[in-house]
Amino acid sequence: MISIQEKNNQIEKSIHDKADKLLREDQVDAVIGYSKGTIPMRSCPVVIRNEKDVDALIWNNFCSINLAKYLAPYIPTLKDEEGKNLRVGIISKGCVGRALIHLAAENQIDLENITIIGIPCNGIINRSRILKEFGVEEILKTSIVENELILKGKSFEKKLPIEEYLNELCKKCKVKSPPSLSSLSEICVGELQDISTIEDDFADISEFESKTTEERWAHIEDLLSSCIRCYACREICPMCYCQLCFVDQKLPRWFGKTTELTEIILYHLVRATHLTGRCVACGACSSVCPMGIDLHLITRKLEHIVKDRFDFTSGLDPETPPPMHQFKMDDKQEFMLEEE
Amino acid sequence: MIKESKEKREWEPKIIAFLCNWCSYAGADLAGVSRLKYPPTIRIVRVPCSGRINPFFILKSLTDGWDGVLVSGCHPGDCHYISGNLVARRRFAILKDLITFFGIHPDRVHFMWVSAAEGERFATLIKKVSKKVKKIGPNTKFNNSRE
Repeated sequence: MISIQEKNNQIEKSIHDKADKLLREDQVDAVIGYSKGTIPMRSCPVVIRNEKDVDALIWNNFCSINLAKYLAPYIPTLKDEEGKNLRVGIISKGCVGRALIHLAAENQIDLENITIIGIPCNGIINRSRILKEFGVEEILKTSIVENELILKGKSFEKKLPIEEYLNELCKKCKVKSPPSLSSLSEICVGELQDISTIEDDFADISEFESKTTEERWAHIEDLLSSCIRCYACREICPMCYCQLCFVDQKLPRWFGKTTELTEIILYHLVRATHLTGRCVACGACSSVCPMGIDLHLITRKLEHIVKDRFDFTSGLDPETPPPMHQFKMDDKQEFMLEEE
Repeated sequence: MIKESKEKREWEPKIIAFLCNWCSYAGADLAGVSRLKYPPTIRIVRVPCSGRINPFFILKSLTDGWDGVLVSGCHPGDCHYISGNLVARRRFAILKDLITFFGIHPDRVHFMWVSAAEGERFATLIKKVSKKVKKIGPNTKFNNSRE
């Protein structure tokens, strides 16, 4: 078994090689990737336009942002001096690839000008959990050595096993690299994954659902009570591309502006209904939450619902229309009220 | 004295019913003109089609203090707009799954198909809905208008 540190170095090297090759051979005009963050435990998105700058691209276990957001609809596109759209290469871990493919399935983006540079993601560290547990003192420096994350502050040093401190979603992730599809073979380079063998038992969801209604409600209340409704989760989400979100609508103003608990839960419930069959489980929403709320339970449930009801997993095929875009005459309707 | 009699009266749920114009609203009308008896717990909102119902309407009704929400449309295949109710059915399925997951009692929200000729079925189902909502009691958890 190679350690996480070695794996990161391998991935970083392959990113440099691929980006350098694509830019040098003029297959793309720009590469979107991750660069070093300005504070510990963060990474920063970067656009590279010249092969001389590829060394700025990095890979480590803090590259939490879903880069597909930069190609989502209504986000200003990358243009050259004459105003022509650039051909973009994008460093894609599994969820970035899935998000791009799902956006294509919704006819929101054109994959033709995009090159997906696949990398085998090895999980993202749960930053908010670390801050919650060790954030009493300021963490000034972090480094990844072998399989451990080393946190350094003014008067303390801590070693943590990375495997245990990964995002809950990353622990259960089945699509580590972008899916390999024959229809997309021309635009995908790098590491890809065969998706025909993916199986998920959703043990965590069945465990949560075995609780009583009151226990579940108490858990959700406890989870969301600290939400300040800053909508960072919406802003970072590659699937939240509506020009006017339902919470911002003013005429009529459907939605209250308070941080009353029912309104918080209403917001998360409605957002969940909007993301059913579309969420690609990248965990970006949890990683940007300023209050450290981990939304993985809702994300997983959304995946479970569409798998269970419509046998669909989002972001694996640009040809299949998403389940909420279509219907069948014989959909299950066991929940409908009937006379005995 | 009036207050006293109010307290003694048994609690009755308040249910908001979204009925589609073409089938269920006519079905409710038929139940009325046939003089069928059903509990006076529902307040009807007429909508053009069950596909018009945004899941947000249902959740917003609950936070506004209704004890139960009922949505009724044409039977599958009978929709005036051909497929509105089939689109709606998928939305209702995920909504019911989600509210159950969040810990809201699944009996707060009901969906049914009633055609324009089924006045009797309408009356029976309203009785059933009222009974179910009455059993789980007033909506105190997911309610923004409580005192």
